[in-house]
Amino acid sequence: MNMQPIDNLIDAALWSISDIMVMTKRNLLGYLRLPQLIVFSTIQPVMFVLLFAYVFGGAIQTPGFDYINYLIPGIMVQTVLFGAMMTGVGLANDIAQGMIDRFRSLPMSRAAVLAGRTISDLCRNIFVVLLMALVGYLIGFRYQNGLGNFIGAMGLTVLFAFAFSWISATIGLWVKNVETAQSAGFIWVFPLAFVSSIFVPVETMPSWLQGFANNQPISATVNAVRALSLGGPAGDWGLKALLWIIGILIIFVPLAVRQYRKVA
Amino acid sequence: MTNQVIAGELLKAGWLASDIIEALAAHPPRFSREKPAGTPKSQDDYLGGQATAVTIEVKNIKKYFGPVKALDDVSLTVKAGTVLALLGPNGAGKTTLVRILTTLLKPDSGRAVVGGFDVVRQTNELRSVIGLTGQFAAIDNILTGRENIELVGQLYHLFGHEAKRRARLLLEQFDLVAAADRPAKTYSGGMKRRLDLAASLVGRPKILFLDEPTTGLDPQSRNRLWQLVKDLVAQGTTVLLTTQQMDEAEHLADRIIVIDHGRIIAQGTAVELKRQVGGDVLEIHLADHQWTEEAARRVAQLGIGTPRADKAVGKVSLPISGGAAVLTDAVRILDNSGIKIADVALHRPSLDDVFLALTGHKAEQTV
Repeated sequence: MNMQPIDNLIDAALWSISDIMVMTKRNLLGYLRLPQLIVFSTIQPVMFVLLFAYVFGGAIQTPGFDYINYLIPGIMVQTVLFGAMMTGVGLANDIAQGMIDRFRSLPMSRAAVLAGRTISDLCRNIFVVLLMALVGYLIGFRYQNGLGNFIGAMGLTVLFAFAFSWISATIGLWVKNVETAQSAGFIWVFPLAFVSSIFVPVETMPSWLQGFANNQPISATVNAVRALSLGGPAGDWGLKALLWIIGILIIFVPLAVRQYRKVA
Repeated sequence: MTNQVIAGELLKAGWLASDIIEALAAHPPRFSREKPAGTPKSQDDYLGGQATAVTIEVKNIKKYFGPVKALDDVSLTVKAGTVLALLGPNGAGKTTLVRILTTLLKPDSGRAVVGGFDVVRQTNELRSVIGLTGQFAAIDNILTGRENIELVGQLYHLFGHEAKRRARLLLEQFDLVAAADRPAKTYSGGMKRRLDLAASLVGRPKILFLDEPTTGLDPQSRNRLWQLVKDLVAQGTTVLLTTQQMDEAEHLADRIIVIDHGRIIAQGTAVELKRQVGGDVLEIHLADHQWTEEAARRVAQLGIGTPRADKAVGKVSLPISGGAAVLTDAVRILDNSGIKIADVALHRPSLDDVFLALTGHKAEQTV
């Protein structure tokens, strides 16, 4: 029996993994050598925490929780969400520098540029999430639900960010310009982030807004992460969040790949 | 609670995958049963390698961007081991052709084969035998020079140690050893171009595409890059380069194809192209510019073509075939007419003259 086609397929698959690792390493080196990027993307969420905890916190009623405990899980999700929007900026920058042309002329896996970028952003988000957990601890946030649920909360947070990275990748490859990718990446995220359960309980919003706020992916993720962190039923929200994540990946991975092939 | 369990399991799976990836990273893959295509058999021949049967063949390629005919029925061939220059102004279609031949762009119609591989159907095989140096240095500014070359080497599917070895050799050859471990953003323009070219060569391409390789470089850096390209050609690499500079085409290329508005308007060696505009040209510079047209009229009978009068600089250019005898005749005629001559010269046409004669506009100007 001729095993050549199967061997070739295995070869191709292994080389794809190798390509993805090479690209991931390249992007991570970039983050390590431009630490200001991580520093500033960490200062911003810390600022949000302090502003909301001490300025708005007193005015916001969160029945059953200290506001700081209510806020930190939300800020976690918001932080990785904003971090995920950097995926498209990175890709637009690669286009501007001619790197994408270079990669597309090499005999490498076509998926590796996108996978390497989203995976390196996933790694960066894991780092940021752990850092935020530490900052939260320092200002009085306490996990109340055991290590397993803590890990579950962190895992769901970074999975959520991974899905949004692919939306951002599609936008970045579509606009192809660093500045446009920056503004186009964030402009739709702001209303989505604020009309959610990140900062305030959805029940305090007007009823016409509650339907939207309760069913969008950010709230589902935040509610699940909050329940996993503080105790309480996480199941329905977790399922809703996972469905959103899977749905986003099913739609935006092919869209991003298609857009990548069209970059010319 | 079940969903928490599911989330936990998912997370475990994620960690497992990351463990596998880490293990693979620690032990570079040794899974290839054969050398990746494009790697020459011998490790001794450093660059280029054997290029005996390799050619580029382009047949009736068309590419339109909306109403703009970027390439309008272009056909050409390049013999293995030779250098072809595509010469033309901005927007002539040179870069579009390079992008099609390097699989970055699909043609609307027509066929092209590079190194034996079809540009549309055999992209992966094709990519393993070519190198591309684009109009702008495609290098990662954050990585060092060495890391840039190693990155491209690994993506050509060289094993880690081989990518490192070739990067070291290329850094030596391209005179970048001293700067090898500095971030590429600290490099000068000439160094960036050299690094870009070095990265294109790490996969030992049989066919090299250079899209305006020296645009924006100072003369010294340009000469240096020319010499590197010549060395590659001497070792058997086939080169297709685009340029707007006549002297670059003349200096590097065995054959030149002049392209304008997406069409090939002339081709041949530099000497053949010059012959197309009628051999020698007599150039007369006048002391008083206002007499330019009058002088052109008076010497017209001596030439084999129509004289060109450039009043702004007081110059008359006349294609001739008679050599020095015509020159003395022209001087006598103008002297008898009382038109003062500042300078007079006989010279073979430059490619600038050729381009002007073929297209009616100069090569450097954007159309």
